[in-house]
Amino acid sequence: MPILVFIEQREGAVRAVSRETLGEATRLAAAPGEAGSGPVVGVCCAASDPGLAALGETGAAEVLLATHASFAHYEPTGYTRAIVAAVEQVKPAALLFPASAMGRDLAPRVAARLGVGLAADCTALAVEGGRLIATRPVFAGKAQQRVAFTGTPAVASLRPKVFAPVSGGNGGPAKVTPLAFAAPEALKARVREVKATTAGKVDLTEAEIIVSGGRGLQGPEHFDIVESLAAALGATVGASRAVVDAGWRPHGDQVGQTGKTVSPKLYVAVAISGAIQHLAGMSSSRCIVAINKDADAPIFRVADYGIVGDAFEVVPALTEAVRALNAQR
Amino acid sequence: MLQVVCIKQVADTETRVRVAADGKTLDPSGVTWIMNPYDEFALEQALRIREAAGAGEVVVVSLGGAGLQTTLRNALAMGADRAIHLKTDAVQPDPLQVARALAAAIRPLDPHIVWCGKQAVDDDAAQVGPMTAEMLDLPCVTVVAAIELQGGTAVVEREIEGGREVVEVTLPALLAADKGLNEPRYASLKGIMAAKKKPIAEAAAELGAPALEPVSLALPAARAPGRVVGQGAAAVPELVRLLRHEAKVI
Ligand SMILES: Cc1cc2nc3c(=O)[nH]c(=O)nc-3n(C[C@H](O)[C@H](O)[C@H](O)COP(=O)(O)OP(=O)(O)OC[C@H]3O[C@@H](n4cnc5c(N)ncnc54)[C@H](O)[C@@H]3O)c2cc1C
Ligand SMILES: Nc1ncnc2c1ncn2[C@@H]1O[C@H](COP(=O)(O)O)[C@@H](O)[C@H]1O
Repeated sequence: MPILVFIEQREGAVRAVSRETLGEATRLAAAPGEAGSGPVVGVCCAASDPGLAALGETGAAEVLLATHASFAHYEPTGYTRAIVAAVEQVKPAALLFPASAMGRDLAPRVAARLGVGLAADCTALAVEGGRLIATRPVFAGKAQQRVAFTGTPAVASLRPKVFAPVSGGNGGPAKVTPLAFAAPEALKARVREVKATTAGKVDLTEAEIIVSGGRGLQGPEHFDIVESLAAALGATVGASRAVVDAGWRPHGDQVGQTGKTVSPKLYVAVAISGAIQHLAGMSSSRCIVAINKDADAPIFRVADYGIVGDAFEVVPALTEAVRALNAQR
Repeated sequence: MLQVVCIKQVADTETRVRVAADGKTLDPSGVTWIMNPYDEFALEQALRIREAAGAGEVVVVSLGGAGLQTTLRNALAMGADRAIHLKTDAVQPDPLQVARALAAAIRPLDPHIVWCGKQAVDDDAAQVGPMTAEMLDLPCVTVVAAIELQGGTAVVEREIEGGREVVEVTLPALLAADKGLNEPRYASLKGIMAAKKKPIAEAAAELGAPALEPVSLALPAARAPGRVVGQGAAAVPELVRLLRHEAKVI
């Protein structure tokens, strides 16, 4: 049976998370059993074709394109109708979404419309005994739940930065086919505008490297040392809740249980104690560095590498060293 | 104007997770139960809207077992007018089941706004809100961090990657609250006293068949213990060497 993948585009460009989701679909399709052994088909909602044929390279055999003028911005009612139409046409074993802001909003609506279960924000998928099993962090990463599905299709959303895209996938361009669906007449919710908050910067959930600052920095004016280190590393700046609640940084910067969950390859925690709710959001990072003046701070228990010391001394020195390294390359 | 706030009772965020004997669910012994933090933002906003309008009713709805009463009383003490307890013995109904039961209970109330939290901090599903909206045929905006009511519409802001979407939504609608929407109040002594007299209606939760089948719950593999590279700025060269040549991340 086929696997259907929602291809997320914004402002006319396919987003990187879609290629990650396609990558996992391609691996699943190669697995034996009901859930596997079918073609990978994409479904994309857009105002016009965002270059879908190129997705052949990353694993899609075909992409169904639902076009509508209102699709210039994300619009859940029409998107849901289009995806449900694609499910009826393709009859997939599984339907996969990226667990991005859009995917987390859209997937539950589609699942509810189809009357099937959704495993959200998965970090692994596997076909076992012919059925799909999804692994997902619960209790903010303190435990992992594995779930199976009672209906078809199995719907899952996949955590960004966890799944790798494939290359050379189909050996050719994907076939792009227009999708017929009943567009909604009047929209009850519509995007008026998108305000860029981190213009030109990579979002925390998609960043390869993150440098986060905590209350130990004593004031918003001292975040310049974090900003400089982030600039040298090509990183995005994050923050603890204490810092956000104090108004030093915007809410969008918060990492943790009531903030963003991130999985970068490198996470640098500066003057952050490592409260359980902070660890919840970042402990799946590949490599964690902690800089804290308190040798007993809990952050050192999860850090791969720690430096015990004053951030105001260590961070500028680290920035200099990274710059020197960059200069050699 | 009637507003409904969906509230889930969850394990405190400090909870040390232990797996129950069934190997699939949380061992509830010794767990402190709290109102899901995101639902506090939802409830607070509903109360503010009622207060600003000077009229209206805020009804809290929660699905779960008998122990839920304390969380409902807390919601009433914060200022909700009445509560509905959808009773079930199911330990871990899946989001589709919960949405089905909530939608059935909410539909006859004909609310102006249905509030949910962005996600429950136990299952981290972030599904029940939009699923309930789909079943009620209501427009829905998730991850709401700001709201302004303008007659029959709400203008809300939601966080997306690298920005905020400003969404105009026609009421009635379902809105899922994010942190940052407001600063939730604490229940006052007067509120706590008043809550004792407020009604909690009980009804059986109409869950229907499960859509997900729990296979297992397990603790993640512990991270290998890290090491302290050194003290102060003197440790920087060694840290950079490790990041470059051992971890290969820079
Ligand atoms: C329901 C709930 C949800 C929550 N959600 C989140 C969440 O999503 N994210 C989150 O982060 N927190 C969250 N918290 C809050 C969390 O419990 C902590 O209070 C918070 O993470 C602490 O932030 P911090 O580490 O910056 O500050 P602190 O705990 O005050 O730590 C400051 C650290 O800086 C160090 N320090 C001080 N000066 C220096 C210096 N000059 N150089 C180096 N180090 C120095 C200190 O040794 C200390 O370790 C939540 C709490 C609750 C109850
Ligand atoms: N058992 C429940 N009773 C009432 N509301 C719930 C329940 N479960 C989830 N919700 C609502 O749905 C939101 C999202 O929950 P979830 O989809 O489980 O992450 C919560 O913040 C609540 O507002």
